[in-house]
Amino acid sequence: MNGLGIGRYVLGWQLVGLAGFLLLPWYAVEDGFWGFGWLFDGYPFDPDYAPAIVLLLQGAKPWLWPIAGFLLLPALALGRPSTERFTQNVLLLVGGLGVAYILGQGFTVGLRGWNAGFLEAWYGPLGDRQFGMGYGALLAGTGLFFLFTLGCAARGAVNGDGFVVGSIGLIVMVVALFIFFPVARILISALQTNEGLFSLAALLDKLLTGKIWGLDCVYSHRACGVAWNSLALAVAVGAGTTLLGLAFALVVTRTGFPAKRLFRGLTVLPIITPPFVIGLALILLFGQSGAITQFLEAAFGIPASRWLYGFSGVWLAQMLAFTPIAFLVLIGVVEGVSPSVEEAAQTLRADAWTTLRTVSLPLMRPGLANAFLLGFIESMADFGNPMVLGGNFNVLSTEIFFAIVGAQYDQGRASVLALVLLFFTLLAFYAQRRWLGRKSYTSVTGKGDAGIAVPLPGRFATLIFGVTIPWAVMTAVLYATILFGGFVNLWGLDHTLTLRHYIDAFGITVGDHGWVWSGGAWNSFFTTIAISAISAPLTAAIGLLTAYLLVRQRFLGKQAFEFGTMLSFAIPGTVIGVSYVLAFNVPPLELTGTGIILVISFVFRNMPVGVRAGIASMSQLDSSLDEASLTLGASSWQTIRRVVLPLMRPAILAALVYSFVRAMTAISAVIFLVSAEYDMATAYILGRVENNDYGLSIAYSSVLIVIMFVAILLLQLLVGERRLGRRSAAKLEIGGQPA
Amino acid sequence: MTVSFGGRASSVRFEGVTKAFGEVVAVNAISFVVEAGSLATLLGPSGCGKTTTLRLVAGLELATAGRILIGDDDVTGLPATRRDVSMVFQSYALFPHMTVIENVAYGFVVSGTPKAEAHAKAELGLELVGLKGYGPRLPSELSGGQQQRVAVARALVLEPQVLLFDEPLSNLDAKLRRRVREEIRDIQQSLGLTVVYVTHDQEEALAVSDKVIVMRNAEIAQEGKPRELYEQPADRFVADFIGDANMVSADILSVDGTHARVSIGGVEVQVPSRGLPVGPVQTAIRPESVLLDTQGGEGLAGTVLKTAYLGKHMEYTVDSPVGELFVVDERVHAPLAPGTGVTIRFGDRIALVVG
Repeated sequence: MNGLGIGRYVLGWQLVGLAGFLLLPWYAVEDGFWGFGWLFDGYPFDPDYAPAIVLLLQGAKPWLWPIAGFLLLPALALGRPSTERFTQNVLLLVGGLGVAYILGQGFTVGLRGWNAGFLEAWYGPLGDRQFGMGYGALLAGTGLFFLFTLGCAARGAVNGDGFVVGSIGLIVMVVALFIFFPVARILISALQTNEGLFSLAALLDKLLTGKIWGLDCVYSHRACGVAWNSLALAVAVGAGTTLLGLAFALVVTRTGFPAKRLFRGLTVLPIITPPFVIGLALILLFGQSGAITQFLEAAFGIPASRWLYGFSGVWLAQMLAFTPIAFLVLIGVVEGVSPSVEEAAQTLRADAWTTLRTVSLPLMRPGLANAFLLGFIESMADFGNPMVLGGNFNVLSTEIFFAIVGAQYDQGRASVLALVLLFFTLLAFYAQRRWLGRKSYTSVTGKGDAGIAVPLPGRFATLIFGVTIPWAVMTAVLYATILFGGFVNLWGLDHTLTLRHYIDAFGITVGDHGWVWSGGAWNSFFTTIAISAISAPLTAAIGLLTAYLLVRQRFLGKQAFEFGTMLSFAIPGTVIGVSYVLAFNVPPLELTGTGIILVISFVFRNMPVGVRAGIASMSQLDSSLDEASLTLGASSWQTIRRVVLPLMRPAILAALVYSFVRAMTAISAVIFLVSAEYDMATAYILGRVENNDYGLSIAYSSVLIVIMFVAILLLQLLVGERRLGRRSAAKLEIGGQPA
Repeated sequence: MTVSFGGRASSVRFEGVTKAFGEVVAVNAISFVVEAGSLATLLGPSGCGKTTTLRLVAGLELATAGRILIGDDDVTGLPATRRDVSMVFQSYALFPHMTVIENVAYGFVVSGTPKAEAHAKAELGLELVGLKGYGPRLPSELSGGQQQRVAVARALVLEPQVLLFDEPLSNLDAKLRRRVREEIRDIQQSLGLTVVYVTHDQEEALAVSDKVIVMRNAEIAQEGKPRELYEQPADRFVADFIGDANMVSADILSVDGTHARVSIGGVEVQVPSRGLPVGPVQTAIRPESVLLDTQGGEGLAGTVLKTAYLGKHMEYTVDSPVGELFVVDERVHAPLAPGTGVTIRFGDRIALVVG
């Protein structure tokens, strides 16, 4: 039994690779990944659909020949024991070089022949070109890649476990391809002049402009640079949400307030609400023709103003949107302060206020800092609210969008702005991990330590109630507005009840040929459901696999691996959006305008959700269960399938639902990636908002909120409330993610 | 069929095996042999490397250096899955989502045995540990002792070359411990299994083992039969760890073949010489070998400092010219009060310490 098992895996991956080379269309087919029209449309001889081997025999694309060699060579390793140096070297070299070659040829030969001028200068014009990679290239590359990981395993990496090495390799590869490569593309783009030449001066020129760093607003009426706008807003939102969140957390954990459960229910709101919906509701209430504005004008003669459109409005919207996140984090923090510590303080003659001031609050300090950084990152990355309420107040995320979507179409400027935004969020992310990761003041231990929390001192309690209750009422009014607003004819002017907006959006008419989905929202609605449903299981799978590797395996570079997989949390959606546009609209990975790019963006943006859920639940599984399975002769894959997965059902379910819901509410990355064919609900709604079509926008938003609320409710019923709470706390622990 | 469970028992051989986790060396170049069909215990304080050693046998850790052989096969590079070794875990590690019979049959099922056959074999295993008929239950429906037996059955039915136990008794209450450890020893002997057993309880180790390997700081302090360790400890550490011992400086007056005359503070005793020359020496005096007499006579003069009544014996701390001595005395009817003056003599449970 000594190391013979590897042969059939080598053969298997070799066959996969060869199938890609010999049977399937090498290049991407026009009608999409799931279109199979090519089967009947000239395959296999039409050059658009031909497998690599047919292309080569036709005399085209000669640079593909070496790939045939890479795919045949592993046969040398067949039938030899994996412990032999020769076998290991064959697999490592063939797999490694093969993958490198496929990627290399993809990047060097593009739509117009050679991609780089110097290659043309050296070798002369190529006289041939190639498109984005398709099934064939994907399979060939996959086969070669796993031959490489088999080689690593044979060398003894991770105890020679082929499955684990393969999984690590897979995740490193996809994270590199879909997170690091696009972000690197931003950097490259920022360094390029508009003519495509590299120049540090061009970068500095674009970076050090007054539009980004200007401080005019300090001494004049002109606007400040967008970087300062973003920074000021983020600090204000971080501080505000932390204070409010703390107030809510204290009410829920330290008082006998009867509506505690309702307060806790607030925490679920940001999960199910597309972020800009808050902004929208604020317009309905405080906009120039908003309900409250009109009331104030009629009752007290206060004239309507545009105060909502600018810093104050965006700040208010973000406060409403992100306070629940701080609240959720701080519940855990406040509960982490052991009552027995407070009791100890009291037996030492401290009164309630002194105890709070000298013991409880200092113990919460790291948690407060964490909540602040979360609010900071959320605000920095938020796209929807500044878009809806910003007016002349520009922030980085919206500027990026206008740079790339607006008339200017300036990739370089978008890239530079994205870099600045990325710099801020990464800095906060880094601070959170470096500085807070080490400090834990949690004083509740596993031992049942009893004790009753010290009640809040009277005046302080009054203050807290005075803040939280009106805020909760306002939140309730906002949501009521959203749900109600969809049923009135024209908000602010004509409040007659109507179903008009719902019919506009979701109308179904019975025509000559049966039912017609005549509502304007159906297209984006179905796309959203489909894309979310496809990406949810992928997100859960890749997230949980990553969690398994992090919790259960020891391997070289694990810390870097963890950092890399968690990094996408800190990358704002706008940055991901820009980077995908830059990286994936030319061969070899030509994905823009497809549904795949949406799925991929969701998978990698929501991956940390799955990772966190997986880590939380896997840490509770005794690792001796895995070890028992291994010593009983099960392979690591069998162990996962038969022992780990069945025991993690709640985590899997939670990861599935959350990634589904988050995909439905996401906007910032999506807005760059949608196309006419693949429009998403949030992008569609935002488009309607910009056209001042509030009725339909609100109706559509309410439908989304209700659907997601039902999804979360179902999950809660299936998994149980406690688990859900923990899960979402775990999810947000590291950095709530901007939608 | 039941009798064949131990048919494939093999020896275990470590040759200079080292395991390092980064900078930390958990096991440092150790070598030992466990004969086929015998029970060896790895004994030592926590953090001494005994569990790591066991996991090295299992393949749950792979050695940084050295060779590990099971039978005649070099398994050094093989991970747990590919080794013919089963393990009973401290926490039992029963799969909570599977029934008892599914747990026991797991090893067969994952290796592709048809389910019916796997369950039939598992049933035999359950019978062997006295849990016939418990198959359809879930592990959570069993008592701690029963769960433990399921874990043993699950490991046993695969007829491993080596069976490993990681502190199998630590989750049982004191009374059950004695019974279960006897059962384990019975099964091991009647089936002729090779067993490697980890414990930190020296009494448990002495009771069940053919060989005890005492570990300290990632190295083997001493290995041998239980009696050898108790009566001829290699050094202070082993003397102290296996049973209690008073470490007292003494002088070897003369050596006569295998015996030596030793003076302990002037009191002469005759003990096995262990090849030591005339001169100063450390002795390990077992507490039951310190004899207290209130009637006077020859011996060291001492004073009782503390006393404790433990039911079946008395424990005293006695001040003497050779230092404070810890004494166990079975005469519970006539306890000595603190402050009593006593004459101290020594019995024959005294070992000269070589190292």
